[in-house]
Parts: sequence; structure tokens; C-alpha cells
Amino acid sequence: MRYRILSLAALGLIGSTLSAAALAQDDAPFITLASTTSTEQSGLFDSILPKFKEESGIDVRVVAVGTGQAFEIARRGDADSLLVHDTAGEKRFVAEGYGSERQNVMYNDFVILGPDSDPAGVRGAENVEEALTRIADAEAPFASRGDDSGTNRAELRLWEAADIQPSGEWYRELGSGMGPTLNTAAGMDAYVMSDRATWVAFQNPQNLAIVFEGDEALFNQYGSILISEERFPDLKHDLAKQWHEWLLSQDGQEAIADYRVDGQQLFFPNADGS
Amino acid sequence: MSTSGMTASALHSDSALYTALALVIDMDPALVDIVGLSLRVSLSAVLTAALIGLPLGAALALWRLPGRGMVIVALNALMGLPPVVAGLGVYLLLSRAGPLGELGLLFTPSAMIIAQVVLVLPIIAALARQLVEELWGEYREQLTSFGLSRACAIPTLLWDARFGLITVVLAGFGRASAEVGAVLIVGGNIDGVTRVMTTAIALETSKGNLPLALGLGIVLLSLVALVNGAAYVIGEAARRRLG
Repeated sequence: MRYRILSLAALGLIGSTLSAAALAQDDAPFITLASTTSTEQSGLFDSILPKFKEESGIDVRVVAVGTGQAFEIARRGDADSLLVHDTAGEKRFVAEGYGSERQNVMYNDFVILGPDSDPAGVRGAENVEEALTRIADAEAPFASRGDDSGTNRAELRLWEAADIQPSGEWYRELGSGMGPTLNTAAGMDAYVMSDRATWVAFQNPQNLAIVFEGDEALFNQYGSILISEERFPDLKHDLAKQWHEWLLSQDGQEAIADYRVDGQQLFFPNADGS
Repeated sequence: MSTSGMTASALHSDSALYTALALVIDMDPALVDIVGLSLRVSLSAVLTAALIGLPLGAALALWRLPGRGMVIVALNALMGLPPVVAGLGVYLLLSRAGPLGELGLLFTPSAMIIAQVVLVLPIIAALARQLVEELWGEYREQLTSFGLSRACAIPTLLWDARFGLITVVLAGFGRASAEVGAVLIVGGNIDGVTRVMTTAIALETSKGNLPLALGLGIVLLSLVALVNGAAYVIGEAARRRLG
């Protein structure tokens, strides 16, 4: 009996130590930033967050999800700040009273990728509408994010502009992030639209190559949003404001411009004030 | 602190096994953090689930309460609860807009522990119920002849079923350490804060860094094997000592 009590006590001790260790939090001030998979997976945050931490002492904890889910997280009051890429959705978010301010931070562009053999003959298309029309006419497999992310929303707008309702077996909605969608597209030799940053940093391209780029309609703007203080009084608005202002400041904009993969700049700062 | 910091050593070779070995031999600090957090979260969840689930399973085995059949079926069914559903439920509970939002637990290791307890508890309770019920059939007359009440019989029954129960707890640990759906939603996969082995593997797969992802997978599998091996050795030693 004594042996049993001892082992129970030991078990309890181990349990409480482990829980206490797991519950222990870093004491540094932090904010939770809901952002997109493209900014995380391209490596941008690994490059700029340490610089912000050095200047401000603030940790930025990034929850990287699709833009649609990022808005949803913020609507529930679970994020202190937002950095996403769906300008129309961002303005609506502020208009609905969830956000108090939205600013341009940086941009890059989308590219249309496809199998290097280019079975639909997309290369040489005049503009993105023609590129998409060629894919639809050839009924060549096209992998869509299908996850209500910023990239997905931009893609759907482009189909609409080309006056095409993508449907049928060739149009495949994957319901996954940019990276998994690229993995799948590479695996089934499909065309796919990606932001350039995720594509350049992606390490499993197989036969995928850029088949169309450079149209102004492929412009991809990122914006930073401050969450409404009135609506969510419990969030860390002071810290979030420091982050927001740093992104727009000369230091922040330079940090973004300095990030390169294989010598290639992935994001181009364009805050209005800088 | 970042998994991407690991890529440097991983890029020398395409081999996942080589990557796994390089990660372990270098004692990569990012890897050590992630492994430590994975173990803390999953072991805490399993211990909590065992402290609740073992007595609960035993009680279900001993008392013929009304609705008992329904509880047993529900527990058995919950053994198949999809992790992503458990994660979503805990997310809604802990979200600022949810009933426990004021605790501010979302996107912390505590939230991940809670989600894993939800996943592991049904397994431990349901399997413990099964084991104890069989044992109770054998011991019932003997224990009641000592004048022991059912409540007093629970510790004895759990103790005598301990070797079987270790396997039950290990099954729970397997579930906790293998799942990715629940911790991804309630933890947010935040670098250096809530990134564990499974979410790091999912992230590296997303980046197309398949050798590193597979290498991490091999490390995770080895860890689970180590924990199981330790449990086996301890169990065997105790069995020999106590006859």
C-alpha cells in the first residue's frame, strides 16, 4: 500500500512539474498577429521580426492562416493586429467597425505557373485574361486554393474579369494553403496561381515553371490593420500600434526591402508615408 | 528559434534519414525547443487524462447506473473523434468571443494541452473500463467478502490492472503525440511558442522542404519509440520485482 501511495505521489509530482513547465510563459511583451501563409512560408517574418524585436523589445507571435480565416480570428477578438492581402476585404473589415485603420505596407505579384511543357500554350499570352482563357479552352487541369484566402479571392476575381465560370473536372478546388496547393499542382501537372514570394521560396517545384507574369492585374497588395479599440478593449492596442507604425516607418520598410531569397527581392515596400 | 533555421544543415543532402541524423547529432537548438514542447504538451495531456480517465473508467465498470450503456457507447465513439473537430470545439471555447475567452489561453501551450486531453480522455476511460470490468468479475466476491465498498475497491482494481493500463496510457500518448489537427487550430503553430513536431512537419511540407519534413518525422517516431521503450523496461522491471 505504501508503495502504491508513493508511486501515485511521484506521478502527481511529475504531472504538476510538466504542467507548470508547459504553462510557464515568456515574460517579454508580445502581440498576436494573424497573417497569411505567404508571408510566413516565404520566410519574410523570420527576417524582419528579429529586427522589430531588437528596436522595440516586443515579440510578434504569428498565426499564419488564409486571409479569410485571419479576418475570422480577428473578428472574434483573438488577434492584436492583422497583416493580410485582400484590399477590398480589408476595407470592409474597417468599415464594419472591427478595424480602426488600414495602411498599405508592401506588394508583390501573382504569377501563373504550369507544367514546363505548357500543354495549354499559355506562354506568350497578351494578358492574364487571355492566359486563363487558354487554360479553360484547353480544359487543362488548374489547381485552385479554394480556401477563401487572399490568393483565392484574387484568382476568382481574375476568372470573373475574363468572363469565365471555372467549373468542370479540369478545375480542382483543393481547399488548402499555398504550399500544399503547389505540392499538389506539381504532382498532377496542373496550372496554378501563386504569389511570387511563396513560389520563389518553394523547394519542391518538380516540373512547375512560370508560364505567365507581369500583367498589372496580378498586383498583390498587403495591408496592415489596427483592430478597433472600442470593439475589443482587452487587446494589446499599444503594442500593436508600435508594430503597425514600425512596418510603415523607414526602418520597417527597409527591413522588408532587404529580405531576399537567392538574391531576389520578394516584397516591395510601398507605405504611403515613407 | 525557427524551423527554417534548420534548413541550412538539411540542404546538404536529399536524404531524409541523413537530415534526421544531422538534426539529432547537431542538437539543433530549434529542434530541441520543439521536441521539448511536444513532450511537455503530450505528456501533460496524457497524465491529466489518466488522472481523470482511470477512476472514471473504473467507476463505470463498477456501478450499474441508469444511462451507463449510453455513456459507454459515447466514450467508445469519442475514441474516433477527429482531432480537427476537437480542436475547433476547444478553439470556440477559448476564443475571446467564447465562454472561456477571458482566460486568454488561445494560442498558448495550455490550449494545446486542453485539446489533447479531450482527444485522449475517451481512449483511456473506455479502455480502462473494459480492463477493470473484467478484473471486477474475477475479484468481486473476494473483495466484497473483505467488506470493501466499491469505492474502496477502485484503487486495488486499478493497481492490479496496472500492466494492462500502462498500454492503455501509451495508446493515449500515441494519439496525443501523433495528432496535428487539434494543436494547429488552438495553438496556431507560432514559431518558438506553440510549434510542436507535428505542426513543424506540416509547415515544412507546405514549404516543399520534403527532406526536412520527413527527417522531423523520423525524429518524432524515434521519440515515441523511446517513450514506449522506457515504459516497457519499467513495466518489466516492476513485474519481475513484484512477481
